[in-house]
Amino acid sequence: MATPVKAPGHVAAPGKGGVGDSPLRPDGTLKVAGEFAYASDLWMDGMLWGATLRSPHARARILSIDISAALAHPGVHAVLTHEDVPGKKHYGLDLTEDQPVLAIGEVRHQGEPIALVAADHPETARRAMEKIAIEWEVLEPVTDPRKVIADPEKYKVQRLGGITRHQPVRVGDVDAARERAEVVVSGEYEVGIQDQAFLGPEAGLAAPSEDGGLDMYVSTQWMHWDLKQIAPCLGLPEDRIHMTMAGVGGAFGGREDLSMQIHAGMLALHTGKPVKMSYNRYESFFGHVHRHPAQMRYEYGATRDGRIVYADVEIILDGGAYTSSTLNVTGNAASLGVGPYVIPNIRIDAYGVYTNNPPCGAMRGFGAVQACFAYESMMDKLAEACGITPVQVRQRNAISQGDKLATGQIVDAPAPLAEMLARAEAMPLPPPADQSDIRNLPGGASQTTHGEGVVRGVGYGVGLKNICFSEGFDDYSTARVRLEVIGGEPTALVHTAAAEVGQGLVTLKAQIARTELGVQKVTIAPADNQVGSAGSSSASRQSYMTGGAVKAACEAVRAELFRLAGWRLGREFDDLSLVGGKVVSRSEGVLASIEEILGDKVIEETREFHHHPTQRMHPVTGQGNSHTQLGLCVHRAVVDVDVELGLVKVVELAAVQDVGKIMNLLSLEGQIHGGTAQGLGLAVMEEIVVTNGLVRNPSFTDYLIPTILDMPPMRLDILENPDPKAPYGLRGAGEPPTLSSTPAVVAAIRDATGKALTRVPVRPEHIVS
Amino acid sequence: MDFLRPLTWEDALAAKAEHPDAVPIQGGTDVMVEMNFDVHRPPALLDLNPVRELTEWDGVDGRLRIGAGVPYVRLIEELGDRLPGLAQASRTVGSPQIRNRGTVGGNLGAASPAGDSHPPLVAGDAVIEVESAARGTRMIPATEFYTGVKRNALEPDELIRAFWTDPAPGPQYFSKIGTRNAMVIAVCSFAIALNPETRRVGTGVGSAAPTPRRATAAEDFLSAELDWENRGPLSVSAAQRFAELVKEAASPIDDVRGTADYRKHALSVMARRTLTWAWNDYRGAVPGTGEGKEAS
Repeated sequence: MATPVKAPGHVAAPGKGGVGDSPLRPDGTLKVAGEFAYASDLWMDGMLWGATLRSPHARARILSIDISAALAHPGVHAVLTHEDVPGKKHYGLDLTEDQPVLAIGEVRHQGEPIALVAADHPETARRAMEKIAIEWEVLEPVTDPRKVIADPEKYKVQRLGGITRHQPVRVGDVDAARERAEVVVSGEYEVGIQDQAFLGPEAGLAAPSEDGGLDMYVSTQWMHWDLKQIAPCLGLPEDRIHMTMAGVGGAFGGREDLSMQIHAGMLALHTGKPVKMSYNRYESFFGHVHRHPAQMRYEYGATRDGRIVYADVEIILDGGAYTSSTLNVTGNAASLGVGPYVIPNIRIDAYGVYTNNPPCGAMRGFGAVQACFAYESMMDKLAEACGITPVQVRQRNAISQGDKLATGQIVDAPAPLAEMLARAEAMPLPPPADQSDIRNLPGGASQTTHGEGVVRGVGYGVGLKNICFSEGFDDYSTARVRLEVIGGEPTALVHTAAAEVGQGLVTLKAQIARTELGVQKVTIAPADNQVGSAGSSSASRQSYMTGGAVKAACEAVRAELFRLAGWRLGREFDDLSLVGGKVVSRSEGVLASIEEILGDKVIEETREFHHHPTQRMHPVTGQGNSHTQLGLCVHRAVVDVDVELGLVKVVELAAVQDVGKIMNLLSLEGQIHGGTAQGLGLAVMEEIVVTNGLVRNPSFTDYLIPTILDMPPMRLDILENPDPKAPYGLRGAGEPPTLSSTPAVVAAIRDATGKALTRVPVRPEHIVS
Repeated sequence: MDFLRPLTWEDALAAKAEHPDAVPIQGGTDVMVEMNFDVHRPPALLDLNPVRELTEWDGVDGRLRIGAGVPYVRLIEELGDRLPGLAQASRTVGSPQIRNRGTVGGNLGAASPAGDSHPPLVAGDAVIEVESAARGTRMIPATEFYTGVKRNALEPDELIRAFWTDPAPGPQYFSKIGTRNAMVIAVCSFAIALNPETRRVGTGVGSAAPTPRRATAAEDFLSAELDWENRGPLSVSAAQRFAELVKEAASPIDDVRGTADYRKHALSVMARRTLTWAWNDYRGAVPGTGEGKEAS
């Protein structure tokens, strides 16, 4: 079978930089110039276009479906329903398999897929789709997660129904500590539904392959886990499905769940033709899970000088109708529910529940974001009650290396939080805004003020995020590295299945190969399933995991090259290294060039890299060494608020983050900037607004993400305290800034306005009410 | 779908007469978005881009006649000094790419209550020139042009040719609320235009009623209240009363972009602030030249 146009090919890694340098991304210029091939650009001659009929209701019974008129529509090749699913009718993450490939007799959320159409033109497919006649019995949706917790049997939206996971954490004796507490503060907090809002909507192409299986070009975060779900539903063995990563336009967790993969596969198998599916922006809002909305109740007791003696916490996360990642999101909310603070007595109850609200799952920060907004708001409340500063209260309770987290896990790597706070506080504050340019003021070019009503505020936020997969998952990545002489020059080929979702792994893999093999020329093979799993591009884990796997494979190649050198040179050496394309002996200097040693030989090694094992959380106490690594970020936000209109201009965001080792400063800064922007979005604008289970703003017209006039310049202070267990001592860096920027911005708005602001995103009416 | 591409205004009118269902398209910043979202499937598009005269503007007997196809970026660059209120509103439209393509003609055609150009057109007494092959030209005051949410006074065979307005006889301001500092649809908006020659105040309220509208009682109150002759200071109570009357002129709704209460509150704040800016400009202006100078 032919390869589609715009399918990915081998990429020559630009630049010469190794680990610690900042070579440019191979896809950077292409993306800026609009030339990068995304999954939505895939094309095959003769291909059909697939479309998905989705539920307009949050909850309803399907009494009948009549596809005859759609099937008769000229240009239509197939109309499929759940009856046409060739294999298993359900799939899902974490082996839950509770999500129907296509609705069976009932829909449980707005946008749930019901039927598929393949036609020779996308517009034909859409028009035919409208001819599918459905008889509905609309039901009252379950939308209040508190009601579900109170009576899980009554409000069961599906077979698993009710409470997805209740994870308690129990440390010490909260009731006894409450008696002793000199200061008690409490608060209720709410986080709205944030969307990943990646710019490249879901798209992919499935084509019948010569072996009776399928060639699939998909835009995903973890193709091997996709495959585990796709193959049983299509009734095909995994080795008959040939997966290739197509160009990914951002992910942020929103591509961990399947979208069009099984659907396109069904249409391709049914019609015998290549089928492309490409969602538009509207459909994309229904085509992926969102960040769980949260309702949280916190109570902290402390000594008069601000040392926390107990925390009593309830966190409720609404996962919508299907499990998706809710089990692990709830686990994170529980284990990280009080953040990076030492608290001797803790009672946390974290719940994930099923409702008929929009389905929620993975998003950057993964369960830690919601709790972070609450616990950081509590720290400010406590500071105020004790008459100390926000920085002081955090420093007095800050964890450091050797301390215990809420789970009892000892922090075994550097965690200099008190110092990081001091550094954030010591950074110079930005000058007053230049009011002669309205773009510097709240409202920007909309000209709502020339300075009237504008008050400055400063706030701090701290976030603690687990890096890599937690809770006993055997998390690994695989890398294959080949070294050979091409055109007289030693060239490394790096092949993994890891998803480049924009984070820069494609650059980092080449840097590691250069450093470990002493070569300059590195080629990156497209990600596919002809190499073992790389795990997910999630949990800030790929530098650690696939970086670790590439390093391990390079080390194996190097060892083989040294063995070959010994054979060619006629004696053994034990002090060899590879530098600048040469094999160098510490004692004897340069021995030979790599190409002289290699000749026409090809060295290829494949290695799996596993991180150290973790434990499940205890189901009753929540105790256990559940996390692989922990990342910390501190933000200081400076805002100007128009207190009369409730409009906000974030003036500056300063961040202090400990990354263990700077692998690529340019990419790292991009990650911190991006994570910070996403946190700012949650603080002041990003929300999927839902009424009675129905989304009211599924478009970029009304789901607002920050623009360049909303995201301020950043001041970064990046620390490198290595984690001895991690490759190069690195610490995953993509998520921690997403946590801490939200509470920092809200704290700054509170500082300017004096308002309580217990819900994000903060809306103008919250500030002026 | 048919795609009609007349090269002259006469041909455009003929095409519209023949295809009254055809949707005129200029920059496409609204029409194409709605088509992408499958809101409309018009039987035909009438592309007005080849009709070059629509992209021209001219001074006629002291008034400005501005073609329906002049993009926002040119209103800002070429007419910012003569129509500051409209230029400020144009500056709040979308992104640079949208402002390069989007036009006031398109805003009028769509007649969304949230359209950014409406409040300054209303406040500045603009008149819309529309035409049909059968009945010729009609001149419709902006205040009468909007007839409902996304509805206007055009007959099916009519096209918008231009709008007419006076070069600003006095200070003008436009202000708009959005929950983002750029690229945002108005939660509500307000325009003010002072006319020292007629001693009248013009206002335009956007996105706070089914149609853009003037705050007539606020205009009447303030026109009588201001000390036009001596350029005396603006009293706090007059500014507050004006703000209150602007608020009362609005009949907003709760929607996903904001609450009715917030819209009313914000309108009163914008009314007070824009009035203060405009009156300070007037007080600081050298009499007779119309030149604005910063009030000290």
